[in-house]
Amino acid sequence: MPAPIAGRRTRRPRAGWLGWLFAAPAVIMYATFVLRPLSLTVQYSLYDWNGIGPSRWVGLDNYRRLLTDSELFSSILHAFELILFFSLIPVLLGLFVAATIRGIAQSRLATVARTVLFLPQVIPLVAAGIMWSWLLSSTGVVNEVLSAVGLGGLTRAWLGDLGTALPAVGVIGAWVLVGLCTLLLLAGMSKIDPGLYEAARLDGAGPVREFFSITLPSLRQEIGVCVTVTVIAALASFDIVYIATQGGPGNATMVPGLEIYYLAFSEREIGMASALAVALVVLVLACVLPLQRLTRDGSR
Amino acid sequence: MAHGSIRRPLRAALTVSLFAGLAACSAPGSDTPSEGANASAAPVTAATCGTQPVTLRGYFETGFPLPKNLADEFSRQFPNVKWDIREDQFAVITQNAPRVLADDPPDLMRLPQVSELVKDGVLKNLDGYARAFGWDKWPASQLEQMRVSPTGARGDGPLWAMGLNFSMTGIFYNKKLATQIGMTKPPTSLAELDAVLQKAKDAGLTPINQFNGGATGGLAFPLQNLMSAYGEPGAINDWIFQKPGASIDTPANLQAAQHLERWIKAGYFASDINSQDYATMMSRFIGGKNLFIFDGDWESGNLDKQMAGNVGFFLMPSAQAGGKQAAMSAPLTYGISSKAKNADCAAFFLNWVATNQQARDIAVKVGGSHPMGPSDAYMPPVAENTVTAATLAAGATIGKDNGAMDFIANATGAIYAKSWTPQLQKLVAGQQTPDGLLKSVQKDYESQVKD
Repeated sequence: MPAPIAGRRTRRPRAGWLGWLFAAPAVIMYATFVLRPLSLTVQYSLYDWNGIGPSRWVGLDNYRRLLTDSELFSSILHAFELILFFSLIPVLLGLFVAATIRGIAQSRLATVARTVLFLPQVIPLVAAGIMWSWLLSSTGVVNEVLSAVGLGGLTRAWLGDLGTALPAVGVIGAWVLVGLCTLLLLAGMSKIDPGLYEAARLDGAGPVREFFSITLPSLRQEIGVCVTVTVIAALASFDIVYIATQGGPGNATMVPGLEIYYLAFSEREIGMASALAVALVVLVLACVLPLQRLTRDGSR
Repeated sequence: MAHGSIRRPLRAALTVSLFAGLAACSAPGSDTPSEGANASAAPVTAATCGTQPVTLRGYFETGFPLPKNLADEFSRQFPNVKWDIREDQFAVITQNAPRVLADDPPDLMRLPQVSELVKDGVLKNLDGYARAFGWDKWPASQLEQMRVSPTGARGDGPLWAMGLNFSMTGIFYNKKLATQIGMTKPPTSLAELDAVLQKAKDAGLTPINQFNGGATGGLAFPLQNLMSAYGEPGAINDWIFQKPGASIDTPANLQAAQHLERWIKAGYFASDINSQDYATMMSRFIGGKNLFIFDGDWESGNLDKQMAGNVGFFLMPSAQAGGKQAAMSAPLTYGISSKAKNADCAAFFLNWVATNQQARDIAVKVGGSHPMGPSDAYMPPVAENTVTAATLAAGATIGKDNGAMDFIANATGAIYAKSWTPQLQKLVAGQQTPDGLLKSVQKDYESQVKD
């Protein structure tokens, strides 16, 4: 044993060293599988390269093309359109459903509803995509139901129509994400002090007033998480779109994630694909960081 | 605290960009394969599989039993040869081809269009084998799609791949439905075809089902058929082969695209073709839901089994009766990696596929298409009245009329998914004009050929 004084001196550095040792497996994995690919992507985005042959330094040319190529730009606009379906609808619907389930919390129906709503989260996205492309096909259930209720004039191949393909893909996303939001919001609601509701009721508040004055403000953080997760899912969407429409018809459902894939593997423009990937990361951060601030502020 | 939550990701982002800066020291892709695209083929005198045990590494296409059947028969005849076969869907093979050929070289691989692979230097030049085995004495049209000149144009130059057989495309029809609307023999002119389509429509049938959804624009089949009816297959091939100055935006092709638009507007295609995939098209046709599909003889065996006696085939008629006919016809392309360990044995196999009697039997019975090889080679007997017999007979017509074309979808690696497919889907939706379609594809083509 070293002298007490020396021991006291070395304790801090040794603790730090030990800490790094414990963190090392995670840090190494993170650096190898996240940081390295990320930095390589940034590097590739500055080259014109087909993935095999020699590469050519082009500086920021790929980024310049990103801003001028209308097809690439429209894919980004589609991603923003998807936010409507992937974020807004699931969060609003989730709030409504969670409040309803909470109202019937004691009954068995609540458990059933929770399970049913969360089920889409358990199903792989690919399976969800395939299932919905059957439902939405020209002979699918959606059209059959429409015909049955006398709306036969509306029937169409929903995923094959340039006007309805993107909203149809959005509906699939909403279906998947509404369960996640409901569950998160329900968990948040269970933390709210029941005394608050009692006080409000004594003051003569109805269920609507209760919802807006107590439930909604208390759920600020949970809503923040919901919005963040779903906005990322919308901007970085790939699987659902790839399975349901592959970006078609006529590029109507082309999103950045899919475009990156096509650029890299079919057009073999690794540089351009990397540039779009970097732009997508920046875009996601630019959307999500302010959201974080908005929902965290004032909560502590 | 509120600021901390903002600052932390920022700091992380800075760290990441620092990493990026550190990583950016050497340019990617400097490990170019040593054999350049123009490496000449070493003369080969006797390429065989020898007598020692050999394991050939194959990378085949899932869903088509032909290569596996051939490989099994080959091992039966040459017991020292074993196979290590990996299979993937064609779309996956297309995306993997350059990397797999460079990093994990198979001896024999199903290939997409070869010109970019040749440029990357990942394919073996087969000229030496061609001379040794006498492939250069076969009808030139069989091999021309797999020749790439040093300038990058296809159609002539060294040979970089071989076919297991070559396909024939045209129009398959449901015989029962055809009789129902009074079509007793295949139409012989474009006008007659139009009339049949209208009759089918009037009878309340769906005249044509064609896959055109997702990333697979199957309307390229009828469009190219119409192009060859209005114009010359040679000019279309020049464009596909990237011959200097070739254009798809020609008056004849415009007439073809306008004709296709008339078919769309007249309702000759199923209303949901923009969401129809290949499997849906096949299952509807086999289920008797429509009169025609535009497809290839790789389905002949399948259709003879599933619609026995009820399916017919004819080539796209020419604009005027009695004119020359043309069809898309392409070899089922297989190549050898420039780094393959058993290149000689793989080449011997390819030659065996074209010349061995059992192999030719398998090529026709399992693959449904015409085997490669000399024009006077053994042909397996095929039952009359089958669609396989009809597609093989069509091959003779195309040979006589010199009407074989590659697919317009094969002009560049990306032209199909990125240009033809979305443009054809827009044409169906009424958001693109025939003229705009051709101009847009030509623009994409020029920028892709330049790269």
